[in-house]
Amino acid sequence: MPDWSEHLRLRLAALALTPARETEIREELSQHLDQRYEELCGNGVSDADARRLTIEELLDHHTLASEMRPLRQAHAPRPITPGASGRFLLDNLWQDVRGAARHLRTAPAFTTAAVVMLGIGIGATTAIFSVVDTVIIKPLPYPRPDELVSIVHKVDGRDEAYFSDAIYLNYLEHGRTFQDVGIWNPYAAAATVTGHGAPEEVRALATNRGLLTTLGVRPLLGRVFSTADESAGAPDTVILAHDYWQRRFGGDAAVLGEALTINSRPHQIIGVTPRDFRFGGSVVNVTLTTWSPDVILPLRIDAARPVPTFRLLGVARLKPDVTLARAHADVDRILAIWKASWASTPSPFSNTRYGSSLRPLKQDVVGNISTTLWVVTGTIAIVLVMACANVGNLLLVRADGRRQEFAIRAALGARWTRLASGLVVESMLLAILGGLLGVALAYAGVRMLVAAGPSNLPRLSEISVDTTVLGVAFAISVLCGLLFGLLPIVRYLGPRLTMGIGASRGIASLPRERRHSQQVLVATQIALSLVLLVASGLMIRSFQALRSVEPGFTEPHRLQTFAIALPRTEIAEPERVARTQHEIVERIGAVPGVTSVAFTTRLPMDSSGRTSSVWRPEDKVEEDPPRSRQMRAVSPRLFETLGTRLIVGRDFTWTDVHEGRSVVIISENLSREWWGSADDALGKRVRSGDNGSWREIIGVSGNIYDAGVNQAPVAIVFLPAQARSELAAVARRVSFIVRTDRAGTETLLSQLRDAVGSVNANLPLAQVRTLGDLYDESLARTSFTLVMLAIAAGMALLLAVVGLNGVVAYAVSQRQREIGIRLALGAQTRAIQAMFMRRGLVLASLGLAIGVCAALVSSRVMESLVFAISPRDTVTFVTMPIVLTGAALLASYLPTRRALAVDPVETMRAE
Amino acid sequence: MSLLYVAMTATDERVLDRELKKGSAELIILSIVEPRARHGYEISKLIEARTGGQLRFHVASLYPLLYRLEERGWLQGRWVEKAGERRRRFYSLTADGRRALLRQRETWKAFVHAMALITGVNHA
Repeated sequence: MPDWSEHLRLRLAALALTPARETEIREELSQHLDQRYEELCGNGVSDADARRLTIEELLDHHTLASEMRPLRQAHAPRPITPGASGRFLLDNLWQDVRGAARHLRTAPAFTTAAVVMLGIGIGATTAIFSVVDTVIIKPLPYPRPDELVSIVHKVDGRDEAYFSDAIYLNYLEHGRTFQDVGIWNPYAAAATVTGHGAPEEVRALATNRGLLTTLGVRPLLGRVFSTADESAGAPDTVILAHDYWQRRFGGDAAVLGEALTINSRPHQIIGVTPRDFRFGGSVVNVTLTTWSPDVILPLRIDAARPVPTFRLLGVARLKPDVTLARAHADVDRILAIWKASWASTPSPFSNTRYGSSLRPLKQDVVGNISTTLWVVTGTIAIVLVMACANVGNLLLVRADGRRQEFAIRAALGARWTRLASGLVVESMLLAILGGLLGVALAYAGVRMLVAAGPSNLPRLSEISVDTTVLGVAFAISVLCGLLFGLLPIVRYLGPRLTMGIGASRGIASLPRERRHSQQVLVATQIALSLVLLVASGLMIRSFQALRSVEPGFTEPHRLQTFAIALPRTEIAEPERVARTQHEIVERIGAVPGVTSVAFTTRLPMDSSGRTSSVWRPEDKVEEDPPRSRQMRAVSPRLFETLGTRLIVGRDFTWTDVHEGRSVVIISENLSREWWGSADDALGKRVRSGDNGSWREIIGVSGNIYDAGVNQAPVAIVFLPAQARSELAAVARRVSFIVRTDRAGTETLLSQLRDAVGSVNANLPLAQVRTLGDLYDESLARTSFTLVMLAIAAGMALLLAVVGLNGVVAYAVSQRQREIGIRLALGAQTRAIQAMFMRRGLVLASLGLAIGVCAALVSSRVMESLVFAISPRDTVTFVTMPIVLTGAALLASYLPTRRALAVDPVETMRAE
Repeated sequence: MSLLYVAMTATDERVLDRELKKGSAELIILSIVEPRARHGYEISKLIEARTGGQLRFHVASLYPLLYRLEERGWLQGRWVEKAGERRRRFYSLTADGRRALLRQRETWKAFVHAMALITGVNHA
């Protein structure tokens, strides 16, 4: 029988089939040709002709191949020849990817550990990046945000955000560098709406057209204010906020043009804000957390006030191409013009130096959070590096186990670059899986952060995982993959590749370099985690210090507060205002469980406040005009209610209030500043401004940490409630403070509402909260930093312990046989245990030494975040290394114990 | 213009011929293995015999076709060993193949009927 194989091989060659498949096809086709040949011979055809005719049935050389080509089996994957180089780069890559995937599948524990560690590291980094990107990097969500500046002035060297109506008019009249100036009055933040069911106090934003156009607000319905709306005597108008319009009017567009009674005056509704309108940020000395007003009222400028009130805050838009330096010069000029306008009369400002302190709006919005965020970002990056180091360590251990495989493949002719690319692809695959997990974690983390809503984090609602963030997450993953993927390559591949062949897992088979690289990694991890532990330790100590500060009031969570405004329409006569407030105090005092009640024009730790210069008889206008001081009108028993000590003298009485007696109480720090002690202040006289009436100091109160417990207590002057002359008008809007165990409960609130309603049914309760809320807010920045650093430090400690544990466990496993022999020869388990733990401790000590140095260097960064302790606080620098040493001991002890628990005979037999 | 037209008709005819043969070839092979499993040589002989020598499949076109039907899941090829003989590969109809055969028969009938109506060729 003729052999057809050669003919068939020729015709199948072009298809590059797998050898097995080609053999099969050749067998089947040969049989067919055999039978055809036999048939022809049986029919009497000569041998040569039968052979020719049979082969002709295969047609030309190409037919079989071209008929077969569309079939899948003709595209059988090329078998992977270890180490052989493929024809194309992509061939190699695809081979490597499949190989890596197979490797990772066969070691699920390793793969899971590596992916989880990377996922946590990449997730945390991605999440914090999305916060940093939104808060610090991204421009503000206004048109051409670079042109926006906050109006701030330097007054006698201090930054002052408030300015007067007259200054604003000078900006308009003489300003050359501004397109538009937006102003608002934070004092008019509440208004009462009546005529639609029960009276309601709403959040109001009193502002001008300039602010809305500067911020690029396009109304959803209607229009923004016109200049006519702002002129005195024009009909009252109002713009509704989107949410309020939905809530009160069900989103009815026909509401435009209708009248809404605000503060007892009809206001024509002229517009509705877009849905996402928010207003906020912080200005020097004034923190305005982002809030959404319910109604926007036009701010009327009153230049004719005899006594200027510094009541306005402002934002301006610079003309295109105007630099900040030019704007500064312009503002200095405007302020000089304003000061000159006072020259004819004795001016309270003649001795005060005024200058520009304009700053980009973004700087004010972002505020002081950027230091915190950068510190947190740094710590999270450290956690990521540690995760990479741990994964690198795991890869080293795995690569060590594959030394023989590498050596054999190299001996078969694989170049080291091929083997290296396999390892890189494997680590890339791990990194990408880790990255995917990380993005999922980051997404969840960011949502949790936004939901938790830390009050000191600006632009919170803008934070999200967007394409930039995803791009960065991908870049981080790839970088990590390269970082730890290169470790085993540097260690194992290269000229010394073949040394692995024949090496048995005997005593001392651990190559010295590999042990070194593992040890360097672990020491670095311990050093880094010490840096983080120290940082979080410093924050814990700061937080403790903050908590131990006596804020000037006690048990703030038992203090219920709320505001009540008495509009002119309800109570016209100023004399009756205090009477009504007194009556409310009496009624609330009768509510069950209420220990004491008082009211004040400003709550402790509240952000807005009124200041006025306070004079002693010896102060002279010409020489050194006195500084502005916090001033507030309060009711009797305020100090008792708050829990503030009255150091000397007596409290106000209702008689002082109603008879308008000229008395005053000052805070202790002011008394020390002026007279050296509280006792000496008693009986002295002060007045507000250089033309107010003199008041006698009847008492000195303890200090109140008004700007938050992390800042020095503010000097305060307390006036009796109805002190009209100093406050320009009687205080119609005051905050009540009620001390009761039932603070914050719904039943208490309804009883309080009833009590207020029994005095006047048209008075809504506003800004209902406990003083505890305000107190917590003042700790928010420190507690936010603390929580973030504690999470990072916790992760770092865990990673360091896992890393050390891994190294010791690996060393133990490599020397299992040696341990067996030693035990068989009668060695004490304790001695062997000590041997391994010593190794762990030596590594840990090395890491600690480096870590302490690094922490000392990095303590400079912490300087602005710590409170009342040094950034090189001894307690922290001693405690944290001890904690870490304990963890290191545990991490080295556990694997040793496991090894010793195994029967030595078993171990040796296994070899 | 006319030259191009001629060239086109020539091409079209060749394409049509090839398509017809390809379309019917599958139907033919499926029909042949319908009653029982057969090996490649037997299939080619049966086609030749049943068409009175009008249709013949060469090795180079028959086996690729068998492999294609196998890939598609309509045929299943199995090596069968018998004592004292070389092993042979037998092709049998799968359940999918049986459904495909049924479909193709219907289509073919409809096609022949339609052609008969148009061209006036009648088998009756």
